[in-house]
Amino acid sequence: MRLEVDILGKTFTSAAGGTHEVLAPVQFSLGAGEVGVLVGPSGCGKSTMLRIILGLDHDFRGDVKRPPDARIGMVFQEPRLLPWRSVEQNVRLAAPEVDDVKLSELFKILELEAHRSHYPGELSLGLARRVALARAFAVEPDLLVLDEPLASLDDALAGRLREEIATLVASRPVMTLLVTHSLDDAVRLGDRLFFLSPRPARILAEVPIGIPRGARGEAEIAAIKAGLVRRTQGERAGRDVS
Amino acid sequence: MLRLVSFALFLVTWWIAALFVGGAKLPSPPAVLNVMIAEAASGALFLHLGATLARVTLAFVLAMSLGSAIGYLMGRNKLADRLGDPWLILLLNLPALVVIVLAYIWAGLTEAAAIAAIAINKLPTAVVTLREGTRALDRSLDEMATVFAMSRWRTFRHVVLPQLAPYVAAAARSGLSLVWKIVLVAELLGRPNGVGFEIGVAFQLFDTPRLLAYSLTFAAVVLVIETLLVQPFETRSTRWRPRAA
Repeated sequence: MRLEVDILGKTFTSAAGGTHEVLAPVQFSLGAGEVGVLVGPSGCGKSTMLRIILGLDHDFRGDVKRPPDARIGMVFQEPRLLPWRSVEQNVRLAAPEVDDVKLSELFKILELEAHRSHYPGELSLGLARRVALARAFAVEPDLLVLDEPLASLDDALAGRLREEIATLVASRPVMTLLVTHSLDDAVRLGDRLFFLSPRPARILAEVPIGIPRGARGEAEIAAIKAGLVRRTQGERAGRDVS
Repeated sequence: MLRLVSFALFLVTWWIAALFVGGAKLPSPPAVLNVMIAEAASGALFLHLGATLARVTLAFVLAMSLGSAIGYLMGRNKLADRLGDPWLILLLNLPALVVIVLAYIWAGLTEAAAIAAIAINKLPTAVVTLREGTRALDRSLDEMATVFAMSRWRTFRHVVLPQLAPYVAAAARSGLSLVWKIVLVAELLGRPNGVGFEIGVAFQLFDTPRLLAYSLTFAAVVLVIETLLVQPFETRSTRWRPRAA
């Protein structure tokens, strides 16, 4: 099972009639059990890329191969819950096959037990994000796409959710694509990091992380981060000279 | 409580006005009530009310279902929108009287002609409201349903329909009031029974108590249906919204 992305480009025609290049050629692939992380400045075209990968946008040049019948779990940047259905119904509608035990476990981990019958309008943004995570996990996805899932959550909860994502990725051969601004999240969760350029997005650097996720202690994580910071600064310095 | 006071105020005003104007032009409340009771006792009141209600129900259901379907199609499909738009504008602005008279000429003074004419009058407003509702559908939720591979029916039932419900309620509310108004005209012009027919007879005989007895009973039925059917549906369709304080 493999996700192969080979985008040659995407142009966008604005209302005024001008054309803008949103994506430059982008090419990467992701295997089962692998976590790819897209890191890039905001507005660089990450969301457009995700839409293409998810099959929501067919108007691009190139090719994206998803395994046929791959179940997709997606956490959008905004929670995108159905406001007229309760928390539990929201999860069940996306994942009709989920059994009660699994659902209870999921709600317990995400601390949503007390909110099962609440409507999304009654939840804080942090809670709504957790419901969106529960929905994506309940699907038992083959392809998990997370678009800044931990933004606006407090550190303790973000840490627990990060571990949750790591556990899920370890338990099943799921291909995971994570979009984040946080180098910390990227280093803690990712197997391969893709650094993107400003618009039109292309991959500036692909950085594999050699140490398996489970074996990364605080010291290793700090070291990898320091290395990455040195590297990006070096690149910036090099560009300034030329 | 306030409603009762308001109603009592209306009765008092009516009574005082009746004393000034005189019974021939404006009969007093008890006089009208007497006619109502007499008509109810003979069964005529219920017969005519029943005939009118049956026409309202049929025309309303016909116009709502057809109008919702066309409106949804026009909101989703650009071609359908372009093709349908001129007809919609024509129907929206065509006087009810023209439709009713033409229907009676072409299809005869039949029940089908009356119901079709009433439905055609209501149809365009339902189309316009539902088209607006369909245009306002949240694209991001559609995408969510696509990504999670929700089936068409599931998406329609849980994602689309709840978004359309307030528009359906609005179309039902405005459409029902339109049907109430038009049904009597259609009955007056070409049916041998119904409240509209009775009012026509009362008009010809200058029988004001009878006219008021039928009009007011009709108004009361409208009020009851609005409070017992339309308003609960509206409340239900928006129950997920956090209440305004």
